[in-house]
Amino acid sequence: MSATDTTPASWVDVAYLITAICFIFGLRYLSSPKTARLGNRISAVGMLIAVLATLAQGIVNWWVIGSALVVGAAIGIVSAQRVKMTAMPQMVALFNGAGGGAAALVAAGELLKVFHANAIPTYDVSFTSVLSAVIGAISFAGSIIAFLKLQEVMTGRPITYPGQQFVNALIALVIVVCWGLVVANVPNSLEFFWIALVASFALGILFVLPIGGADMPVVISLLNSFTGVAAASTGFVLGNNVLIVAGALVGASGTLLTVLMGKAMNRSVTNVLFGAFGAVKPVAAGAAAKQQNVRSVSADDVAAMLAYANQVIVVPGYGMAVAQAQHSIRELADQLEKKGVEVKYAIHPVAGRMPGHMNVLLAEANVPYTSLYDMDDINPEFERTDVALVVGANDVTNPAAREDKNSPIYGMPILNVDKANNVVVLKRSMNSGFAGIDNPLFDDPKTVMLFGDAKKSIDGVVAGVKAL
Amino acid sequence: MTAHLLTELTIFILAVFVGMEVISKVPTTLHTPLMSATNAIHGIVLVGAILVAGAAGAPFNAIVGFVLVLLASLNVFGGYTVTERMLQMFRPRVQAPKGPTDGTP
Repeated sequence: MSATDTTPASWVDVAYLITAICFIFGLRYLSSPKTARLGNRISAVGMLIAVLATLAQGIVNWWVIGSALVVGAAIGIVSAQRVKMTAMPQMVALFNGAGGGAAALVAAGELLKVFHANAIPTYDVSFTSVLSAVIGAISFAGSIIAFLKLQEVMTGRPITYPGQQFVNALIALVIVVCWGLVVANVPNSLEFFWIALVASFALGILFVLPIGGADMPVVISLLNSFTGVAAASTGFVLGNNVLIVAGALVGASGTLLTVLMGKAMNRSVTNVLFGAFGAVKPVAAGAAAKQQNVRSVSADDVAAMLAYANQVIVVPGYGMAVAQAQHSIRELADQLEKKGVEVKYAIHPVAGRMPGHMNVLLAEANVPYTSLYDMDDINPEFERTDVALVVGANDVTNPAAREDKNSPIYGMPILNVDKANNVVVLKRSMNSGFAGIDNPLFDDPKTVMLFGDAKKSIDGVVAGVKAL
Repeated sequence: MTAHLLTELTIFILAVFVGMEVISKVPTTLHTPLMSATNAIHGIVLVGAILVAGAAGAPFNAIVGFVLVLLASLNVFGGYTVTERMLQMFRPRVQAPKGPTDGTP
């Protein structure tokens, strides 16, 4: 298939073209919740077409391919059905890692094929196959670490050690050098390929280790984009257009989301990746005593405040996901709406552990998506709001980001919770938020705190509202 | 660089632009399903996996080939199932029994 090729296109390539079109329409239909499901199905049909067309191309090793397909499908479908919505970020991370690992292996396989035939790979093949293997392996290893962090198998705090960035830079250098050697086709270049692959695996682990749990929305988006680029690059290796197009779409999507998440935190993507934000700093210990003026109230007090309000805005955060409080919140909203209270939800772009995390959880609890508001749409509303109910969110409501030039999160766009007439903060304890920063909101005279597990607290408030 | 690679690079770049254009229209409320949907789409690497593991004179032994196709298959089936599960939860406001019209605060 060179540029001057005049042979008729094979029907397989036509099938791949149809698949690419299906993918684009699938993503296009994601622009509205009404058509999104149709979009996903169109995309799935596209995938089916591509896989069937590939299988029809005289595949040997039927039993290997067939059994792997069936086992993979069974594990994938069952785990996807069973996973709790709150565990969705780690599930997505895991599937993402699987894709990255597969891309790396495909690239390795293609290169091996050339070497086994005792041929010299063309520059195109060697360049792109190393690229694909490197990015795929980074994505695979990085996704596994992200999974372990999100699953809380390992600490969500950044793991740092002296010379961390230096070590990472060194590994990156090794990868680049090996890459060059493979492309230059030096003797034993296959061995350099394996070194590059192993080094990439190590780099994937090491680069996610120092990134904290609250920065996971950025990391997950970035790893998603990596796997996309790895898949596209595998397409270059195999000369397969559908891989190139699909990989490019995913790469674009992941990059866009990464940048969006970075903007929502007012931090550059480099700062997120290399800043080890939220690492325990010695300064934080001395500052902890400052917040004393907090007022703690009972669930019944909160119930009374909410029931006699005109408008309540719920501000969910990661704490809601941890406590699985979304169903209780929905019940509370139902009770309040019966009493004529208007309930809205304010969603910060980086609330939770992946882009749109809160939206999915609230959707699971049957909260209509029409009640969910983005930061920019809801912020003017707080002034007209009687009660802002903050459920397990902290840093995204911290007015210091707006006012205190010395705050580490200064400049980060926040939800203007402090503009509401009254603020109720649900929190497990007075521990500071992920970033270890004091939140002046808690000291505000119009703020009251309801301590305890978010779900139990809300259930208490629901009982209180019912009793009124 | 061969002319062939240049053609593919052109396809890649144009697809990136199409991706940016299409994805910038996805509302924030659907960002998790978007991630999950694109996650499923990069499962297209399954095509590559089948080609590599299934071709005559495959470079891998059966075990590596099996793992390769398994990973990609996991990605595809898991990705689409999770996305479908998420999307079926998104509903507009239903006309459920609720009484904000008759209730007084």
